Amino acid sequence: MNEKTPFIRIAKREDASKKRIWTVRIAAFAVAILLGMIIFVIAGANPIKAYGVMITSSLGKKSGIKQVVKNAIPLLGTGLALAPCFRMRYWNIGAEGQITMGAMAATYFALNWYSKMPSAVLLLVMGIASLVFGGLWSAIPAIFKSRWGTNETLFTLMMNYIAIGIVAWLQGGPWEGKPGSQIIPMFDKKAVLPKLFGVHCGWVIVLLLVAFMFVYMNYTKHGYEIAVLGESENTARYAGMNILKVTVRTAALSGAICGLVGFMTASGVNQTLQSGVAGGVGFTAITVCWLAQLNPFAMVAISFLLAVLSKGASGLQTTLSIPASISDIITGIILLCMLGCEFFINYRLIFRDKQAKNGKEAA
Amino acid sequence: MENHAIEFRGITKRFGSVTANNNVDLYVDKGTIMSLLGENGSGKTTLMNMLAGIYMPDEGQIYVDGKPVSILSPKDAFDNGVGMIHQHFKLIDVFTAAENVALGINEGKYDLKDVAAKVTEICNKYGFDIDPAKKIYDMSVSEKQTVEIIKVLYRGANTLILDEPTAVLTPQETSKLFSIMKTMKEDGKAIIIITHKLNEVMEISDVVAVLRKGEHIATVKTSETNPQQLTEMMVGRAVELDIARKDPVNPVPRLTISNLTCRNSDGVVKLNNVSFVANGGEILGIAGIAGSGQKELLEAVAGLNKIDSGSIIYTPEGKEPAELVGLSPMKIKEAGVALAFVPEDRLGMGLVGGMGMTGNMMLRSWNKGKGPFIDRKGPEKLAADVFEFLEVKTPHIDYPVRKLSGGNVQKVLVGREIATSPSVLMSAYAVRGLDINTSYVIYDLMCEQKEKGTAVVFVGEDLDVLLQLCDRILVLCGGEVSGIVDARTTTKEEIGLLMTSVGGKEEN
Repeated sequence: MNEKTPFIRIAKREDASKKRIWTVRIAAFAVAILLGMIIFVIAGANPIKAYGVMITSSLGKKSGIKQVVKNAIPLLGTGLALAPCFRMRYWNIGAEGQITMGAMAATYFALNWYSKMPSAVLLLVMGIASLVFGGLWSAIPAIFKSRWGTNETLFTLMMNYIAIGIVAWLQGGPWEGKPGSQIIPMFDKKAVLPKLFGVHCGWVIVLLLVAFMFVYMNYTKHGYEIAVLGESENTARYAGMNILKVTVRTAALSGAICGLVGFMTASGVNQTLQSGVAGGVGFTAITVCWLAQLNPFAMVAISFLLAVLSKGASGLQTTLSIPASISDIITGIILLCMLGCEFFINYRLIFRDKQAKNGKEAA
Repeated sequence: MENHAIEFRGITKRFGSVTANNNVDLYVDKGTIMSLLGENGSGKTTLMNMLAGIYMPDEGQIYVDGKPVSILSPKDAFDNGVGMIHQHFKLIDVFTAAENVALGINEGKYDLKDVAAKVTEICNKYGFDIDPAKKIYDMSVSEKQTVEIIKVLYRGANTLILDEPTAVLTPQETSKLFSIMKTMKEDGKAIIIITHKLNEVMEISDVVAVLRKGEHIATVKTSETNPQQLTEMMVGRAVELDIARKDPVNPVPRLTISNLTCRNSDGVVKLNNVSFVANGGEILGIAGIAGSGQKELLEAVAGLNKIDSGSIIYTPEGKEPAELVGLSPMKIKEAGVALAFVPEDRLGMGLVGGMGMTGNMMLRSWNKGKGPFIDRKGPEKLAADVFEFLEVKTPHIDYPVRKLSGGNVQKVLVGREIATSPSVLMSAYAVRGLDINTSYVIYDLMCEQKEKGTAVVFVGEDLDVLLQLCDRILVLCGGEVSGIVDARTTTKEEIGLLMTSVGGKEEN
């Protein structure tokens, strides 16, 4: 080959071995950690110590672990909720709003019905209300999309702000506790999710959801319809599937689970309703979903990892007074490396020298 | 001795674990038309793409006019006098012919008049008939192809590569193209034509290069070979090139279509007052220039296209006739009307690219059975049967069909449709892009269905095949039926004329 041959070329790699995939992923994680060290040095901290604090504050003690699990629950729940939508190539980025609406519905019953029924029934009613409301909220853009071809990405995104706005209005208006406080009263303890091993029992619910979602996506007719529709609308039509029905049903299911997450957060964690109940979970869950490549079991690990990082960040702030935003940077670096490493799994680089050698060998 | 126009030496190209070209040595001389022949996946297009600057060879060297060259981009290819006319035209619809020719030329002043004058000059020299000021969207397929060729000549190409140029042309247009190719050859150009049609190979080319599984098998003079020998070289063993067409036994009307009119989503009439009868035990061919309403017709019958007016009466064996218009696709399918539709992109309809064979078999059965769970056992068995019976080449039956070669994808699709033992089997472009061997497997399957009493509707592109395979041929032109002829007595020329005219009148 002459000097015009490019220095590096990219070639597709088919069927990388399991071993290779994991080697690349672990290497990417290591690179992320190393890059993170540079950030710590720039921030004026001892990187080894900083990582140490992150681990001890999140996994080193019981309260840390509890906090991690508490943070992981909504991430995992919402990640699971988004999976069928993304499999269908329906870009639901409205989880934030669906969570908020679910929480709002649950709150209505928590505030108004707590004296009328025993705790278990009340919680059940709240759960069902959150499912229904989250589902309806999510069905709206789906109906518009399949009827009139609107763009669901923009639609679901805009619905977030409406949902948050509604709750903000309730907070300062009809549902306000002490006049002028801008706060909705705390729930009666009958409306609070009971604890199991120190964390509200939402973790049991999301683990059940993991199994449900795995079976739903892989072994049911609905799951098959979703997969086919995601690949090609024409094929789905040809196979006699009702596009409108499948789209709306899937979006509603997704929104319903998001709504349930909202209920768990409002009842189990905040014990009240705030307009910021979703707190960005709806967006972070998109990352969880994609990093896991829509696999429910992988989502467990990834939501746990992200929760460890965020708890570690608050540890950094209190112990080493490193701003928590540094940990957001670290999280970003890890995500970038983990997503970027997929490139090295699917492609390989060919360098000029090596190629020339190969050429000679062949000749 | 004069240098070869193009020479490949030891060219190897791999995609992942697949070797598309292995150590290919091949040359073509100036003033020669070479046919590049090979089954699907034999590496013809890959080899040509390396010449056109779309891929880089992993190993080996390309020589142009005796000099070693490195072709990194289509621009490099042009600089070396190599131009490729792709199967899918790369033209801007709203531009004129001259504007399209000028596109991408970055030298000198942008002077459209000058370009137009040069285009006219090229037209006169080679006998093209094109108006430089005509917009692309006003052009027929054949005219668009001409613009592509002029584009390449304008850039001073000495070597032209044509990738399946006749797939979209009528017989008349094809012979016009061939006469132009001959003029170019006399002008000293080297021409490489990729084609599947053996009769065209014999007609147009001076030499034939045969590729098989990425390797160059031989280059032979066309005058010293014959279709049978070429096929054997391509396939690697003897192949029967005859279609065993039996006379229809007791044909009874199965589908009676009367006055069918359809529009597409833009409100344009795609089918106008179409009436015909498809009989059981008979193959009804449908011929026509691409986009004459073939797709809409099949989709209308399958319930996928909205119908403006008309009726489709379906008479299953031993049952009362029933109206299909207004039924859902599901109901129509359950009644026994199967559609093995192979659209342009093959995977767009009928198959799910990301799924394996089993997943694709499920498209037919997913809704069967009670309860929320899907049955995998039945489709798995069907997939295994199709895999075995049609010799689908796949690493395992759950390997994504998108990664299979075109022929194998087709086998999966047709295999599944036949497995439902339909009483009407409609297939469109069932052999598009398939190699000879696989095509004949598909033809045999169609004949088998016919003998079982199925009404087969076969939309085809290759008129020679339609003439050999079908019992009757319906010709569509601009969404209207321009004639229904007996396949045993008609000629290619007669069909060619019907393809461009309704009721004997010339269109336009």
